[in-house]
Amino acid sequence: MIDWPILSLVTFAPLVGVLIILPIKDDNALARRNIRNVALWTTVITFVVSLFIWIGFDPSNPGFQMVEDSDWVGSGIRYHMGVDGISMLFVILTTFLMPICILASWESVQARVKEYMIAFLVLETLVVGVFCALDIVLFYIFFEGSLIPMFLIIGVWGGKRRVYASYKFFLYTFLGSVLMLIAIMAMYWDAGTSSIPELLQHPFPAAMQPWLWFAFFASFAVKMPMWPVHTWLPDAHVEAPTAGSVILAGILLKLGGYGFIRFSLPMFPLASADFAPLVYTLSVLAIVYTSLVALMQEDIKKLIAYSSVAHMGFVTMGIFAANAQGVQGAIFQMLSHGLVSGALFLCVGVVYDRMHTREIAAYGGLVNRMPHYATVMLIFTMANVGLPGTSGFVGEFLTMMGVYQANTWVAVFAATGVIFSAAYALWLYRRVIWGVLDKDSLRSILDLSGREKLLLYPLVALVIFFGVYPMPVFNATAASVEALVNSYSAAVHAAPALASAH
Amino acid sequence: MYQIIVLLPLVGFLIAGLFGGSIGAKASEYVTSSLLVLAAVLSWIAFISFGLGEGETLRVTMLQWIQSGNLAVDWSLRIDRLTLVMLVVVNTVSALVHVYSIGYMHHDPSRPRFFAYLSLFTFAMLMLVTANNLVQMFFGWEGVGLASYLLIGFWYKKPSASAAAMKAFIVNRVGDFGFLLGIFGVFVLFGSVNLDTIFAGTADLAAQLGGHGADAAGEGAAHGDIVLHFLGYALPMSGALTAVCLLLFVGAMGKSAQIGLHTWLPDAMEGPTPVSALIHAATMVTAGVFMVARMSPLFELSPTALTVVTFIGATTAFFAATIGLVQNDIKRVIAYSTCSQLGYMFVALGVGAYGPAIFHLFTHAFFKALLFLGAGSVIHAVSDEQDMRNMGGLRKHIPVTYWMMVIGTLALTGFPLTAGYFSKDAIIESAYVGHNAMAGYGFMMTVLAALLTSFYSWRLIFMTFHGEPRASHEVMHHVHESPMVMLVPLFVLAAGALLAGLLFEGSFVGEGYGEFWHAALFTGAENHVLHDMHEIPFLIAILPFVMMVIGLVTAWIFYIRSPRTADAVAQRNPGLYQFLLNKWYFDELYDLVFVRTAKRLGRFLWKTGDGTIIDGFGPDGVSARVLGVTNRVVRLQTGYLYHYAFAMLIGVAALVTWMMVGGMN
Repeated sequence: MIDWPILSLVTFAPLVGVLIILPIKDDNALARRNIRNVALWTTVITFVVSLFIWIGFDPSNPGFQMVEDSDWVGSGIRYHMGVDGISMLFVILTTFLMPICILASWESVQARVKEYMIAFLVLETLVVGVFCALDIVLFYIFFEGSLIPMFLIIGVWGGKRRVYASYKFFLYTFLGSVLMLIAIMAMYWDAGTSSIPELLQHPFPAAMQPWLWFAFFASFAVKMPMWPVHTWLPDAHVEAPTAGSVILAGILLKLGGYGFIRFSLPMFPLASADFAPLVYTLSVLAIVYTSLVALMQEDIKKLIAYSSVAHMGFVTMGIFAANAQGVQGAIFQMLSHGLVSGALFLCVGVVYDRMHTREIAAYGGLVNRMPHYATVMLIFTMANVGLPGTSGFVGEFLTMMGVYQANTWVAVFAATGVIFSAAYALWLYRRVIWGVLDKDSLRSILDLSGREKLLLYPLVALVIFFGVYPMPVFNATAASVEALVNSYSAAVHAAPALASAH
Repeated sequence: MYQIIVLLPLVGFLIAGLFGGSIGAKASEYVTSSLLVLAAVLSWIAFISFGLGEGETLRVTMLQWIQSGNLAVDWSLRIDRLTLVMLVVVNTVSALVHVYSIGYMHHDPSRPRFFAYLSLFTFAMLMLVTANNLVQMFFGWEGVGLASYLLIGFWYKKPSASAAAMKAFIVNRVGDFGFLLGIFGVFVLFGSVNLDTIFAGTADLAAQLGGHGADAAGEGAAHGDIVLHFLGYALPMSGALTAVCLLLFVGAMGKSAQIGLHTWLPDAMEGPTPVSALIHAATMVTAGVFMVARMSPLFELSPTALTVVTFIGATTAFFAATIGLVQNDIKRVIAYSTCSQLGYMFVALGVGAYGPAIFHLFTHAFFKALLFLGAGSVIHAVSDEQDMRNMGGLRKHIPVTYWMMVIGTLALTGFPLTAGYFSKDAIIESAYVGHNAMAGYGFMMTVLAALLTSFYSWRLIFMTFHGEPRASHEVMHHVHESPMVMLVPLFVLAAGALLAGLLFEGSFVGEGYGEFWHAALFTGAENHVLHDMHEIPFLIAILPFVMMVIGLVTAWIFYIRSPRTADAVAQRNPGLYQFLLNKWYFDELYDLVFVRTAKRLGRFLWKTGDGTIIDGFGPDGVSARVLGVTNRVVRLQTGYLYHYAFAMLIGVAALVTWMMVGGMN
């Protein structure tokens, strides 16, 4: 056991980096390099420290661990932190992707380096906070707070239409959160506590559950994003700088899925069961619809963004299947997608840095000059289409298996995603990588640099490792997921008996 | 030892793939090839020594893979006779193809990559055939698909090659879609994806079904229980088994290029010829046959599914053979022939004759790999020409290749005492005595296909090797026999094509059946096909032989005696000729129905769905309303169509929800 406040340390360590960066003036190259180095070392150290969470984690305990609990604001709102099997790995994923993001922006970001790095470090604190918070108000603050740095990253360091994209992003996500805030207030009135562990035990009245469920759903569905509130994502990705896309696809999208598992399913089980068909419908629509849309994209980043929406469809579907395979598959799919989509956006960044265009038509035959890049891209493309042996398969397979037991229609529609994803991903690969290199602009393009290899090779290793041996993830999540699924089905089965008793 | 057999190709892949650039092409070739030869030798040792033991199924667990709820999947090997037959086939052909490629590819600058892919393929194929659970089988299944994709697209600069690679992967994924759903169905029915648990479950069911007649009243209730809800159908056990078997069979159809999902195989000939021999003739395409045979305990419980298997197999056998009649590309003729022969195997599986199906798989691997590698040798000789209309008269220039091709053709057409004679006749005979509703159809189609096979095979020989040379003078001047490194694999395969039938007939389908297979293949208590097929009338028994002779004679008349006959027949029947030449128009149909529709739909959903409707009513619409009244008026005036479209989308969503709710209750 760890008896020091490791979660607070990991959460707020990036702010130490901010304090160091703050007095530096980024008006010369040396200062900018110092800022980058400080940001990199801060995130690397945070990552290393966060690994102790995993090491010290007791996988047999389904409850919250490494809990810190102290008075904060009066009237019962406390500073309450802790992780369980569901949230722990997301903390690690966040701290792991952060150094990669900093490194990915090493050369591509030259303007306002100081503010940029500060935005990323603050973002890290807020996101880690979301996954560790055990007080619903604290959760809300972190959750909403994470919107702001992301909004700035897109709006300040983004592409040509960055203002449109950032406002669209803000508008959508903010609308959802307002509803969530109202729901949180209602929950506080009903349960008299804002502690998440206590709320998890509190039986919310059956009549109240649908409303609370919908309010949370509005917020999380936008974050995922689910069809039809997904259109902010392609725009945000296209305009965001590479590292912004990595963090957006890799981590911010997971906040929605995490929210569903943490709040919707266990706190409002009756409403979840009632509305599962709605979620299924939106999930398969997301899978089929966005896969078809992805097929026709002319912009590489947009294509990957749409494919993210499709993959998140597997996640929502798996969560609301509410069995062990579904929920564990959803968690795994989110973790794997964090690695794979992050890596794919990095791959786009590699060629964007060289050519300053994301038009698919501007590329072709890259394998002739960039064999290493072609190999890496192939591996991530295959992981994206869910080839067994890569991490992409495990999550997709389990979520489909989970939902098959709940409803075969959903599984059948979702399984068509297997075909569509192959179609859009391989077509992209064919147009960008294969063929003759006959465009003049590409004749002198260079293969991966040392820095880019340092970014991508660990991701390759992890994607294959977790495809062949995903057990570390299952070991960590099994107990918590089992407890969740059991209490969910107990609540759902108890409900008719309750109704007939009255 | 079994782990070593499976992992040696992986080692070869990693060495050639990671260090191919630094150790050089020569070293990559020798390392991968010698590892494969070693694996092949070990496979033969395992194959022979297994017969000396008790024939107990061995299980070798290597590593835990997936563990979630009541789903537990390991990386583990299942060693029984069926696995060993496949190990021998895969490793032997793969080793020969590796060696042959040293000669065939010696001009290519990317040889390390080529040999790495070949070894990767072999590894995936070995994982497939040794799988002890369906998920690992699926791993191998998709793994061979990946390797096939990479090898078909090996010459990625050719647009036709990259298109063919993509097509192969995507069409196979259509099959995998069925396979996946089948795996889920098996999990729901048996609570596991491990073969041992599944087979224990099927044995219980078989016992119940066996007792069904004796105690119909008592058992009836148990069989009426709903065990699976699939797409709104509530299925009792028998229906559920049929559904699961058919879904699995869709997977088999994709991998084994059966009618409907066959379109990728002819295009796959864009890959280098050794690849066609290894993947698209001897091993990967037989994975579907292997899978059905492996799942024989399951398929035996569903007569309906088996009937479908026979029907699809018989149709493919005939259909592919008709296309083979008129193709001019030497590799495509052999590709369609492969498609057709796979149909034969499915006919046998469908009538419950698993032994003959695997026997044909075994012998076919030898003579079809021989034909492909022979064709490669021809192509190598005539400066990469593949059109048979530009060949002819090559017999005297490349006599060794010629004789190897003749041996392959004899075996393929079922000339007495060659390998194909035993295995193909066994299939036709089992179809004749089979009991299911399609067995008669299967018999007719396979006999007819035997005639067509003989015709197109000899047509290939005659057009390529006989008659006047039609190639340019320059090409003819360069024609040369292949080097020994390419010819020796041909000799080995030729020996197999001649002797495999004679040597192994007794074990695979004859009196040694029981002690050879042990429990690897399951046949139901009422399945007497294997027994009956030895007691068929003499006239039926010689029918395939008669067909072969007729095909040979016709081909001889058409292409040797009066070479104008073929053109004359084609001109008299232009409609039929075009229909066959254009491969029954499958590609055109699919392009119209699936590819273009998907693209059009994708564009519509993007521009209109996302752009106009969702954004139009969502964020853009909101800001537009806030910004200007004029703007809003314009929107209202032109908005009718989108209101309609929006309502339609909502309606579709509501409908799908309703269907799902209906499916749940």
